[in-house]
Amino acid sequence: MDAKDFDLEYESDIAWCTGCGDHGILTVLKKALAELNIDPAKLVMVSGIGQAAKTPHYLRTNVFNGLHGRALPPATAIKAVNPELTVIAESGDGDIYGEGGNHFMHCIRRNPDITVIVHNNMVYGLTKGQASPTSQPGFKTSVQVDGVILGQFNPLAVALSLDASFVARAFIGDMEQTKEIIKKAVTHKGFALVDIFQPCVTFNKINSFQWFKANTYYLESTYDPHDRVHVFQRALEAEKLPLGVFYINSGKPVFEDQITIYRKSTVPLIKRAVNREALSGFIDKKRGMPVASVSAKVL
Amino acid sequence: MEKDIPGIRDVSIVLCGEAGQGIQTVEFLMASLLKISRYNFFSTKEYMSRVRGGSNSTEIRVSTDTVNAFVERIDILFPFTAQALEHVRWRLSGKTLIIGDKDLLAPGGKEPAVKIYHVPFNSMAKEVGGEIYSNVIAVGIIAGILGIDAEISNNFIGRYFERKGVEAAKNNSTALGKGYEIGHRISDEGTFKATIEMHPEIDNQIVMNGAEAVGFGALCGGCNFISAYPMTPSTGILTFLAEKSLEYDIIAEQAEDEIAAINMAIGAWYAGGRGMVCTAGGGFALMTEGVSLAGMLEIPVVISVGQRPAPATGLPTRTEQGDLEMVLYAGHGEFPRVIFAPGTIEDCISLTRMAFNLADKYQIPVFILSDQYIMDSYYNFQAPDISDIKIEHQYIKTDKDYVRYTITDSGISPRGIPGYGEGMVVVDSDEHDFRGHITEDYNLRTAMVNKRLKKMHQIELEAIPPELTGGKECGYLVVCWGSTYHIAREAIKRLGRNDISLLHFNQVYPLHTDTADYFRGARNTIIVENNATSQFSRILRASTGISIDKKILQYNGLPFSVEHLTESLKAEIEQEVYPHGR
Repeated sequence: MDAKDFDLEYESDIAWCTGCGDHGILTVLKKALAELNIDPAKLVMVSGIGQAAKTPHYLRTNVFNGLHGRALPPATAIKAVNPELTVIAESGDGDIYGEGGNHFMHCIRRNPDITVIVHNNMVYGLTKGQASPTSQPGFKTSVQVDGVILGQFNPLAVALSLDASFVARAFIGDMEQTKEIIKKAVTHKGFALVDIFQPCVTFNKINSFQWFKANTYYLESTYDPHDRVHVFQRALEAEKLPLGVFYINSGKPVFEDQITIYRKSTVPLIKRAVNREALSGFIDKKRGMPVASVSAKVL
Repeated sequence: MEKDIPGIRDVSIVLCGEAGQGIQTVEFLMASLLKISRYNFFSTKEYMSRVRGGSNSTEIRVSTDTVNAFVERIDILFPFTAQALEHVRWRLSGKTLIIGDKDLLAPGGKEPAVKIYHVPFNSMAKEVGGEIYSNVIAVGIIAGILGIDAEISNNFIGRYFERKGVEAAKNNSTALGKGYEIGHRISDEGTFKATIEMHPEIDNQIVMNGAEAVGFGALCGGCNFISAYPMTPSTGILTFLAEKSLEYDIIAEQAEDEIAAINMAIGAWYAGGRGMVCTAGGGFALMTEGVSLAGMLEIPVVISVGQRPAPATGLPTRTEQGDLEMVLYAGHGEFPRVIFAPGTIEDCISLTRMAFNLADKYQIPVFILSDQYIMDSYYNFQAPDISDIKIEHQYIKTDKDYVRYTITDSGISPRGIPGYGEGMVVVDSDEHDFRGHITEDYNLRTAMVNKRLKKMHQIELEAIPPELTGGKECGYLVVCWGSTYHIAREAIKRLGRNDISLLHFNQVYPLHTDTADYFRGARNTIIVENNATSQFSRILRASTGISIDKKILQYNGLPFSVEHLTESLKAEIEQEVYPHGR
């Protein structure tokens, strides 16, 4: 396969600024998918709202571009209903970590076999330059006029605290490495987070391409991504930000595999027929032993 | 008031006590026993939002004729605490037989305020083996009074408690026997006489409550995915389907919040599943953005909303019909939807089943708008015919050139699902072009809005007409919707007049195109709603231009009682507004 297999067959008016890191991520994503031989018809790209969330529109594949912050619940459901599909959720830091924060936490706990790619530019692009959860304290915007006073959201540390099964960070300034990291994430079975640093050339003059280049470095080759406590320490590093695959927990049970219906058979839900016999049987049972004990749930 | 009707052919038995005292066990056991013994019955409950303590009550109505509605009259009361007696005091009459433990109900040797038929439940139960057996003693008493066959009762109790071990089965059987003797004595002495006829055809009937019926209806509609956050009064639907997940291939997921729940259900449909959510008004408020998403993506979704009194947390475990307008207007933007409001438990099955097929056909959100009263009520009814069930998926196998939003005459675009065929299925919450990609083209926008709204025409033609009981030409047309159906029917029957007709809506939006015709022959119209502002009359006026003359509204958290509604109707009729017509 070739990255071109993911090119749209028609003109598309790309909504990103020249020099935006999103372009690079799109290029890298297509390459990674092609190298992994993923059939575009068997792939679903799920996103929320924001500039990053438009990425799926620029690929030839199945797309579910839902609501702001809500990419992960439908992504989880799509994978559960048809585990034969490859599901990738792709959105920005505001969408996944801010508006969708609750889903981010609980999706990690569920551990569906999906990949979550987060474009992290530490600012809101589509709404024009307000602070994002990952904005640095002191970052001045039209709303945070004296600079951001909220603590910075550390997605890697949060994911690790919830024992996410795969956690990585990349910088789109290095396209080759970013591609390799995405490939590892997509191949990994279980929830895989790839946080990608990406400059916003229009609204973030602080965390620029040069800034990311100067303030990141790769985890050393002897680094052990299985030692969770050590990984946690590295995720907390703030002076210079490490890049690479931080954490892998391959032993963590996957959501779909654990759902009742897949315990007895791996046939995707959509390929199963309605159990008519059971339905008639249910009525017959009701005729004999009428009332199931439906206990009252009080909230 | 109808409190004077002697409890001969129609007995209203109420059990009242603290949460956690096992009143529900009695309800469950009695419902099963009555069904097996071929008695018509109805049961409903009112309870507090707490796990222990307080005062909860369950009404079990047993009758020669079919009964399906709440009465406030109590013929036999079992108060299990002193507070219980106070809790239902307003429902007692001089004829109510109160069976209870005097020492408990009037402690310290005081003279009780009401006449009590003394049964020392606690000491009797302790003799059997523990206080826990009080419940089955009560079951025995009821069985004895009603004259339910002793052997049937004993076999049933034995079978039911078998799984709890030999000891439990034996003790419960002893408890039942002790209760039965007392019940027999009450009947023999003439303290309370009931002559309720059994009906062999009840053998073939079934018993469900509304929650179970919605769950079963969902199964009949091919539901294979439910995502929900637990919330009274709809949790029973989630637990019902979760319990059935293995047998019926259902993914049942407890979501982190209602926002996740509806977005999951929409994702499930996108991928080819048949998803639903269940919640109450407060949870639904969180889902409204998701409703709008379904509208934009043109993805089906079935939403079951069980109403309870609001605003905010309101009265969490009680009933109301106050969320009709919220459900009608929920979600930003303009897009079609359908709202069903089951009037009966049979409706809960048939309408939920229909909801799945309708949602699938028109790619829209379809609502089952119920309430705590119907969710928590049981009665026996004719089992539905499910021999004709076929789940015809409306999605297609896509070809290479497939586009998701083809403009068609009907407004319905063939729906593909990812991975089935060679096409790409692109859906977008932004306004989109035929392919599903973002667009801001004015003409495309207009075309897409028109396409979505066009479906409404066909949906209106398929709307369920209201059910008219009585003549079209009538002095009084009583209008109601949803769970008030049986209550209104019984109240009208009690009035015994031939100039009252009942018009009940189990589809409240969109209304059937002939709706206005039902009003032409009515001299006066009276609407009955379990809310404070008569929401349905506004929908009726908006759809048909018809204004309702009189409104009977109740919003104290309880369902209408047959007696109260009878009185209210009588009062309205006596001050008739248009005695000689308009």
